[in-house]
Amino acid sequence: MPAVTETIETVQAVTESTYKWGFETDIDMEFAPKGLSEDIVRFISAKKEEPAWLLEWRLRAFAAWQKMEEPRWPAVKYPPIDYQDAYYYAAPKQKAAPKSLDEVDPELLRTYEKLGIPLREQAILAGVEGAGETPADSRMPIAVDAVFDSVSVATTFKDRLEKDGIIFCPISEAVKTHPELVQKYLGSVVPQGDNFFAALNSAVFTDGSFVYIPKGVRCPMELSTYFRINAKSTGQFERTLIIADEGSYVSYLEGCTAPMRDENQLHAAVVELVAMDDATIKYSTVQNWYPGDAEGKGGIYNFVTKRGACRGARSKISWTQVETGSAITWKYPSCILQGEDSVGEFYSVAITNNYQQADTGTKMFHIGPRTKSTIVSKGISAGHGQNTYRGLVRIGAKATGARNFTQCDSLLIGDLCGAHTVPYIENRCLSAKVEHEATTSRIAEDQLFYCRQRGLSQEDAVGLIVNGFCREVLKELPMEFAVEAQKLLQISLEGSVG
Amino acid sequence: MLEIKGLTAEVDGKPILKGIDLVVPQGEVHAIMGPNGSGKSTLSYVLSGRDGYEATGGEALFHGQDLLAMEPEERAAAGVFLAFQYPVELPGVGNATFLRTALNAIRRAKGESELDAMQFLKLARERMKALSMNDEMLKRGVNVGFSGGEKKRNEILQMALLQPKLAILDETDSGLDIDALKIVADGVNAMRGPNFSALVITHYQRLLDYIVPDRVHVLMGGRIVRSGGPDLAKELEAQGYGAIQAAA
Amino acid sequence: MTAAVQTGAAGFLARYQGLKDHLPGARLAWLAALRADAAAHVAARGFPTRRVEAWKYTDLSPVAQAGFAEPLTAVAGALTLPKPRAAARAVFVDGRFRADLSALNGLAYRVASVAQHLPELEGRLGALAPLAEHPMTALNTLIFEDGLVVDVPAGVDAGHLELLSIAVDPGRPFAFHPRHIIRLGAGAKLTLLETAMGSGAQYLHNPVFEIDLAEGAVLTHGRAQQEGEAAFHLSMIHARIAAEARYDTMAVSAGARLTRMEIHAALTGPKASCHMNSAQLAAGRALVDTTTALDHAAPDCASRQTCKTVLAGQSRGVFQGKILVRREAQKTDGYQMNQALLLSEEAEMDSKPQLEIYADDVKCSHGATIGALDADSLFYLRSRGVPVDQARSMLVQAFLHEAFEGLEDDMLREALTEAVDGWWGRHGAAS
Repeated sequence: MPAVTETIETVQAVTESTYKWGFETDIDMEFAPKGLSEDIVRFISAKKEEPAWLLEWRLRAFAAWQKMEEPRWPAVKYPPIDYQDAYYYAAPKQKAAPKSLDEVDPELLRTYEKLGIPLREQAILAGVEGAGETPADSRMPIAVDAVFDSVSVATTFKDRLEKDGIIFCPISEAVKTHPELVQKYLGSVVPQGDNFFAALNSAVFTDGSFVYIPKGVRCPMELSTYFRINAKSTGQFERTLIIADEGSYVSYLEGCTAPMRDENQLHAAVVELVAMDDATIKYSTVQNWYPGDAEGKGGIYNFVTKRGACRGARSKISWTQVETGSAITWKYPSCILQGEDSVGEFYSVAITNNYQQADTGTKMFHIGPRTKSTIVSKGISAGHGQNTYRGLVRIGAKATGARNFTQCDSLLIGDLCGAHTVPYIENRCLSAKVEHEATTSRIAEDQLFYCRQRGLSQEDAVGLIVNGFCREVLKELPMEFAVEAQKLLQISLEGSVG
Repeated sequence: MLEIKGLTAEVDGKPILKGIDLVVPQGEVHAIMGPNGSGKSTLSYVLSGRDGYEATGGEALFHGQDLLAMEPEERAAAGVFLAFQYPVELPGVGNATFLRTALNAIRRAKGESELDAMQFLKLARERMKALSMNDEMLKRGVNVGFSGGEKKRNEILQMALLQPKLAILDETDSGLDIDALKIVADGVNAMRGPNFSALVITHYQRLLDYIVPDRVHVLMGGRIVRSGGPDLAKELEAQGYGAIQAAA
Repeated sequence: MTAAVQTGAAGFLARYQGLKDHLPGARLAWLAALRADAAAHVAARGFPTRRVEAWKYTDLSPVAQAGFAEPLTAVAGALTLPKPRAAARAVFVDGRFRADLSALNGLAYRVASVAQHLPELEGRLGALAPLAEHPMTALNTLIFEDGLVVDVPAGVDAGHLELLSIAVDPGRPFAFHPRHIIRLGAGAKLTLLETAMGSGAQYLHNPVFEIDLAEGAVLTHGRAQQEGEAAFHLSMIHARIAAEARYDTMAVSAGARLTRMEIHAALTGPKASCHMNSAQLAAGRALVDTTTALDHAAPDCASRQTCKTVLAGQSRGVFQGKILVRREAQKTDGYQMNQALLLSEEAEMDSKPQLEIYADDVKCSHGATIGALDADSLFYLRSRGVPVDQARSMLVQAFLHEAFEGLEDDMLREALTEAVDGWWGRHGAAS
């Protein structure tokens, strides 16, 4: 125990400001008037020059939202949110949509450079060299859509992807260039009135990415979106829609950061994935929103709805998330397994340090026969952090031969934090098999001593053990992300507890 | 050179070591023998700095440095290696990652350059071959699912990689069959030389047939009650600790 | 026919209003206040719906929609009691203590009727049974008429005691709500076998136990729920377990159309322990629900739970098990396993194990599996010449008997095994 106490103290000592992404970009912004009303919804739609059907769609969502109540069942506590005290649209001022990177405000380019996000097409994700055990030159480039507050400021490799028929662009652009696809799929996985935050998003979503992978195409590079909240008192409501047509494959990465501020900012995103026959979508997130300071002041409220539909036979959707940021995380990336033999996966690492709270998990809806799902969740609580895994596995009567395996492990560092596991398992099918395991543990004193006897510092030892604890999840991440995630884990624990 | 003078130590407020005096000159291998509960493991933990094993008096100097004032990792960097009686499992932590992290931490502390993955693998394979160990052990989690013998061999591999100046072998022979015992002994003997010394802690004389010590000390009731040459171990084996106790 | 009996909470409240001056202890101010408090809770909340998280999987509307009368005051005709399993036996008929049918003489401890000892239960009755979160406890408090007081003095090994509840068919739906108050002094021991059985009538058996174990006391509590097939069994145990005390409960739920056996146990002193095992069985359209909450409130405590569910026909099974480990409960060792076997295409199992942990030096785990009989095992047995039906029986019974592994008491094991095997005999072949 003394060793652990010492760790906690060491870790708290280095707590101050380990959030390296907390700077603010000084740039001229255009805002919608503060507050939320039908007029604001119209304002956003007009700003985006949207067709009438989409404005109608937004207004229906807004009407639904007004009748809904904020969910109170998650194991998170926060003061009431004043939805009228925020900006729902904030965009860097620019004359027209930039045609190329050269037209993008240099201040923005510097911001992404500082964040290590490559907007130049030859670039490789910075800050990862020499980390893996494979030579660096074998790495693929990554296409990036950069979303800054309410708008996408740049999307790279678009032309190259177009050669394969892949559409990768801001969703606001897709509304204009591919209206038939957007209209067909938008809201088809997460309906406007699905839940309070999804309804809010549907009314005021500003930007996000749109991806379409045509039949039989294996996307030649990782696609990614980098979300940045910059402006004060501003919420970010992005919407991402990914469609993988028959036999296609895509791996998509999502990253996010925000400046350090004393106020809480709202992020309510919706992500919809659709996989047709034999298609695979791999969706990875490294969530690193500002978590607030050591006293729990400030930080992002991250209320996100992510859901994928495995519509086709043998389709597969795999969610991997590393959640290190946000003051509050409320997020359940889910899979609707309709197609026969379709596969859903959820791999998650969630860290809560200081006063962070996370209520996260997944829902696996087994509808089609022989559908399979795997859930691996690793929760790490430190400081005063509260970490809840909440998950649902539902096997319908027609999901013959369905299989689920769930593993939920929690690690506690210090005795002021909490780790909670709330799985719901519902099985209506005789031939289905569901297995669930959960454990709770802490870093044992003898493990720490063993590492230190071999020359590792206390922090390195904790980092090593925590990374080992998360290994099953980290190995699911594309290599660049895995390295970044490992570093993040260690940093988050330094700044929080562990 | 390890010099221990009047070392006393407590565990949970109970005095266990009651004044140990011991000098292990550079290049020598000393054995510490004693019955259960005599303080053998406590001595190894006090020297390596485990929490809860508190030195209450005396000193332990290692090449003139005050060991007792150092953090465990600083002692490791200074060249003190403890082969654990019960090696710890680290689930999910790859053996290779662990070994390389430890090796580089120690190299860094010594001002040496760190090894990259390829250099490390080359070195590790060499050392493993010398210990008749399978490469496959590098891929597994540290000690996870290892048999008792594999764990002990892994300890010896770590020693071979980290090249300590002083190895403390805490009952490394417990639970080993004769083949594993030979591999462990070969590993230690291969290290022997003018810059390596070892403290071999054991209950039985058996290990000392393979690692022949320069000196043997008998630890009983928290004190060294007798010291002698290698023959002392044989005498103990023949007469038991009781006879020593009676004589002491 | 008299006027239709009111249903739901209103029906019970009306019964309470009508009876309140005649209920046992009506003149005791503390009890009247307690019942009035319960009335307020029942009036405010009624029967919980599935929107209430704790009742998400168990629909009480069949209970709420039925109208229940009070049991008849005298049971006509002779009663056939099952043969006694222990020398000491307390018998309740329709929730009322029957001294004439009981065998309680010459005991080294006290076993008596609650109704006859209410004045001395002030401060004790209700002490462990909060009304606010527990609608079935509130309902019981509202209109309980009787129950058993058991007091085992410190250091006394009380041996075996049987608590038998029989419901007799009065020709109309009725409800009874016994309140059992059990206390074991320091180091005392008791092995209790609780059996609930009944006729084919529609009735509600709503017992509430308040169990208080002092330091080092050991209560082993076997429960054989074998109610009639139209019955509702909604039972609640509130237990407080002091330092080094042990509460072991082994339950079989093998009757009734709707069963919920709920336990709320708190480990309040160091090294206290609790085992909660159960085997729950359902066929036809029955629903079985095991809901438990274990509160680790002191260090060095251990809890173990194994819940086995077997579902045939269109039945539904529910398991909800929560382990709470408070900040001060360091070195907690908690383990929970729930396994369900589905024997039919139309059965459904819902399971919600839950860990809520605020201490870091703990070892807690839970596991859950739901599935059909293992095809490989079945094939293995058949390949060795065992006929398929027999092979199924062997596997199902082996699955269920695991719930009683480690149960050392022969009398309890025999009773519980008979309850399990009896159910399988009635429903197994058809499933």
